[in-house]
Amino acid sequence: MSRRRASDKAFWAGGIVIVVIYALLPVAWIVSLSLKPTDEITNGKFLPQHPSFDNFSDVWKDPQFPSALRNSLGIALISTLLAVVLATFAAYAIVRLDFPGKTLIMSGALAIAMFPPVAIIGPLFNMWRSLHLFDTWFGLIIPYMTFTLPMAIWTLSAFFREIPWDLDKAARVDGATPFQAFRKVIAPLAAPGMFTSAILVFIFAWNDFLFATALTSTNRARTVPAAITFFTGSSQFDFPTGQIAAASVIVTIPIIVMVLLFQRRIVAGLTSGAVKG
Amino acid sequence: MTATAKRTTGRARSERRLGWMLCAPAVTVMLLVTAYPIVYALYLSLQRYDLRFPDDHGFVGLDNYQAVLSNGVWWQDLINTLVITAASVIVELILGFALAFVMYRAFFGRAVVRSAILVPYGIITVVAAFAWRFAFDPTTGFVNGLTNSDRSWFTEQWSSYVVIISTEVWKTTPFMSLLLLAGFMLVPQDAVRAARVDGASAWQRLWKIIIPLMKPAILVAVLFRTLDAFRIFDTIYVQTRGAQNTESVSIIGYQTLISRLNLGLGSAVSVLIFACVLIIAFVFVKGFGANLAQQRGENP
Repeated sequence: MSRRRASDKAFWAGGIVIVVIYALLPVAWIVSLSLKPTDEITNGKFLPQHPSFDNFSDVWKDPQFPSALRNSLGIALISTLLAVVLATFAAYAIVRLDFPGKTLIMSGALAIAMFPPVAIIGPLFNMWRSLHLFDTWFGLIIPYMTFTLPMAIWTLSAFFREIPWDLDKAARVDGATPFQAFRKVIAPLAAPGMFTSAILVFIFAWNDFLFATALTSTNRARTVPAAITFFTGSSQFDFPTGQIAAASVIVTIPIIVMVLLFQRRIVAGLTSGAVKG
Repeated sequence: MTATAKRTTGRARSERRLGWMLCAPAVTVMLLVTAYPIVYALYLSLQRYDLRFPDDHGFVGLDNYQAVLSNGVWWQDLINTLVITAASVIVELILGFALAFVMYRAFFGRAVVRSAILVPYGIITVVAAFAWRFAFDPTTGFVNGLTNSDRSWFTEQWSSYVVIISTEVWKTTPFMSLLLLAGFMLVPQDAVRAARVDGASAWQRLWKIIIPLMKPAILVAVLFRTLDAFRIFDTIYVQTRGAQNTESVSIIGYQTLISRLNLGLGSAVSVLIFACVLIIAFVFVKGFGANLAQQRGENP
């Protein structure tokens, strides 16, 4: 029996190693590519022979990348804030209050989660031009907020169902209005769920490419995924592989930090909401 | 619930009003940014409306749909999209199961495994697409050096497919595996143990007990991933931009609307994509009985 346990253990340990390699190999590759000096980019080796940070300093010096990074951060953070606030109101009402139409709201949200964004980029493009939202931060914040609201509402409702509601009732028995009960008692209990959905919303907004290419045209609002794709680099003749790799590494750092710090929350959020943006 | 709804006491009424008030902002935003534009797309799809010739603009009925549907490009792109979708979802389902079991059995380093697999989930799709493209590219890549070949992967359809599908699979299997793991956790362990006592082999336990009990979770995971894979855009745009006949329906929609500025024709493509998504969702819900509320362990 114990021999079988040992071989079992070795089998699953091997599995763990394979999974970790599977997950991280492409990331290791892009890091290694970003550290290759220009003359090594095409040498076909996995690792750089003489690592250098030239690609990083080049990409910072280029005007496209720093502004794209600023746009990405600003747009993703504002979208996250708005989506989580609106979703919190809605999820609280859906879980706690009795009113007709909540099933409709939940299924409508689910339908939007499955909605193909490409189906509305034409109308949005046309509307944004006449509303002067084309190539602005809000032109992207509005669709990001919309497409993450369903995920946020579902995740938050799942978390809210777990909250000990007797505390809320107790507060209301003590004379608190529903709104006071919400603000003083439930909001602090709800914070972990809000934080989790905030991470998921942020990842969506940080990741989006379709809206970013369709609804922006300049450094004013172009976010990192779009900027990297259309990056031309300093020389017209060489494709800027190294610089794209360096930019990719920089924008992957926030994701890795979040994953390391909040792994448990992200897993809980993804599986409780079961809705991916 | 109906009893309390009928009692229109002051309290019930104010609760109802508060409920609507709290939902109103989210609902308004969702309606304005999805429902209204899809109706607008429906309207545009019936118009001749090309932004390069803004004066030549008017109602043309179903001409745009006829133009799209009688064009081989749409059908070819639809087939490409379906091939990529089916291939990625099938591979992801198998790999996702393997990953879920490793995560379940991980007696050490559970946090390490979960953090590691969340990296592909969280990474920007464009970045993932570039990483894979550079890896397979014959000038910058290491794949050819490793396998001692000089294949140019992006000059043929099948090999471009291989890279595109691999990228998709790498990026989205973690999501699939987490959903499968959550479903697996809901399987009552007593049933599995009882089958084991009765002498069922591991393989029999998997097929006769675990998978049937996980069916709702599997269906939901597959439905979400199918709809997600069907709108594939970023990976193809970065890796081939639709060359070598790898164009997807989202790419053709984007090219018609944004690159060629033909809002009429492009909107017809958009509406058709929307219709495809509705059909896929309908098939899953009606045909396979995917119950979206069940996965979450809720009472409907």
